[in-house]
Amino acid sequence: MANVMAQNRRGGLKRYYDVNGWLFIAPALLLIGIFLIYPIISSLTLSVYSGRGMMMKFAGFGNLVRIYNDPIFWKALTNTFTFFIIQVPIMIVLALVIANALNNPKLRFSGLLRTAIFLPCVSSLVAYSILFKSMFSVDGIVNRTLIGLGLMDQPLNWLTDPFWAKVVVITAITWRWTGYNMIFYLAALQNIDRSIDEAARIDGVPSWGRFFYLTVPMLKPVILFTTITSTIGTLQLFDEVYSLTEGTGGPSNATLTLSLYIYNLTFRFMPNFGYAATISYVIVVLVALLSFLQFYAVRERR
Amino acid sequence: MSRSVFSDRHSARLFGAIRYGLLLLAAFLSVFPFFWMLIGATNITADINTGKVTPGSALFDNIRAFVAQVDVPLVLWNSAKIAILGTAVTILVSSIAGYGFEMFRSKLRDRIYTVILLTLMVPFAAIMIPLFMMMAKAGLIDTHLAIVLPTLASVFIIFYFRQASKAFPAELRDAAKIDGLKEWQIFLFIYVPVMRSTYAAAFVIVFMTSWNNYLWPLIVLQSNGTKTITLVVSSLASAYYPDYGVVMVGTVLATLPTLFVFFAMQRQFVQGMLGSVK
Repeated sequence: MANVMAQNRRGGLKRYYDVNGWLFIAPALLLIGIFLIYPIISSLTLSVYSGRGMMMKFAGFGNLVRIYNDPIFWKALTNTFTFFIIQVPIMIVLALVIANALNNPKLRFSGLLRTAIFLPCVSSLVAYSILFKSMFSVDGIVNRTLIGLGLMDQPLNWLTDPFWAKVVVITAITWRWTGYNMIFYLAALQNIDRSIDEAARIDGVPSWGRFFYLTVPMLKPVILFTTITSTIGTLQLFDEVYSLTEGTGGPSNATLTLSLYIYNLTFRFMPNFGYAATISYVIVVLVALLSFLQFYAVRERR
Repeated sequence: MSRSVFSDRHSARLFGAIRYGLLLLAAFLSVFPFFWMLIGATNITADINTGKVTPGSALFDNIRAFVAQVDVPLVLWNSAKIAILGTAVTILVSSIAGYGFEMFRSKLRDRIYTVILLTLMVPFAAIMIPLFMMMAKAGLIDTHLAIVLPTLASVFIIFYFRQASKAFPAELRDAAKIDGLKEWQIFLFIYVPVMRSTYAAAFVIVFMTSWNNYLWPLIVLQSNGTKTITLVVSSLASAYYPDYGVVMVGTVLATLPTLFVFFAMQRQFVQGMLGSVK
């Protein structure tokens, strides 16, 4: 008898626990289902259709064949990858070095310096693109400074040169996001036990050695997290290139990214939703692959 | 012996100087564009284009020209409405879910959580077309509701709150249960006040994302009456010969609210971030 009662009570408790569990996540699940999961699946089905506007025909793998033969797609893919391969490492290393330098209890004005370096994250993507565009204009402040320092003989037309336009984009993104990543490292560094570092210092390990063999390994999970979020961010780069080049993708498509190409295919040219959806899945596959590789690279050494 | 101590101290001092130099350079480069923006708002376009770094006298002319081209109160109201209401609901829905996932664990819900986390890898470009078609069908194109709806359940914020909930003391929950509080009461009256700094950090992040949002509003908002400050400034800047003095006034106006929110909540923001990385 008592046994049955206990069982009933346990069942009731479990139900109570479960009902609450579902109730708490229900609103979020509903919204995510409608505005995230459904579009993700819908986009996948769109990718086997082709046609203009709302008149679409089943195309099977037709869109994939078209991707293969589309030079603009390959250009956009190469650009996106160039931004990713060059920008993400520069930014991660910079953020690490700055966080490590700031994480010194004896450093004066560390709060002020931290705020200053974090400040770019506050600016909107559009606002800072406009600022960079005006700073890098032909007679602008950057050219004048470089000429003044004797680093250049004549002004460079940054935004109309295919190579230098990429450099401006990379500089702009690095400016905006380094402080953001630095905050994560700084937060993680402050949770690390100082005594380990102190012991190594007393044993005569130089500061660069402590940085590479102590700090970096201990920050591995945070570095992985920031690398993956930066990878996702760079692979879907849109606002900056759109603003810096008035949506055209720069001189001879030098700064055209995959997201910008998708936007152009959907809202600028004759809309082809199916083809655009196929390209968007290329980004999904790339992000998944790269995230997996990054996880793997970190896991293996354990 | 004494020589080696001397050279150690010497190199430490040199290293310290290099570190300080690096930090000062980084701080200078980080702040300079803001300075450039403020100076730009006081100069005429010709001066901005030739890199003048001293304040000019065109501030009031620039403001006048900006106000003549843009319905400033309306545009700011549009941005504020979207950012404030959107942020409030996003944080409510997402923190409830993050708390729920952590406090009431089951195999099925953990699996659902994993699937939700995987969607972080899907870029916005991949869902924007179906989302646009959906909004068109619902007749929501050119409305602010269409801007806010897809952002209300933020996977990143759910993740952030679930991580932070791990630090929420179990004794507090147990004590509240013994006192007879219902689960929603525990959440509302105990969890929310205890996690203040987590909420502050989430507010800063979501508010900035919402205020600065560009691609989706660019697609959805088509008439002048619904546009946000970001869209208006961007279209001013993309003229063939943009009037940079006027554009700078716009960028200042677009940046001030986020700057204000950041400085007002900086301490709680840093504290909240510290909690999430543990």
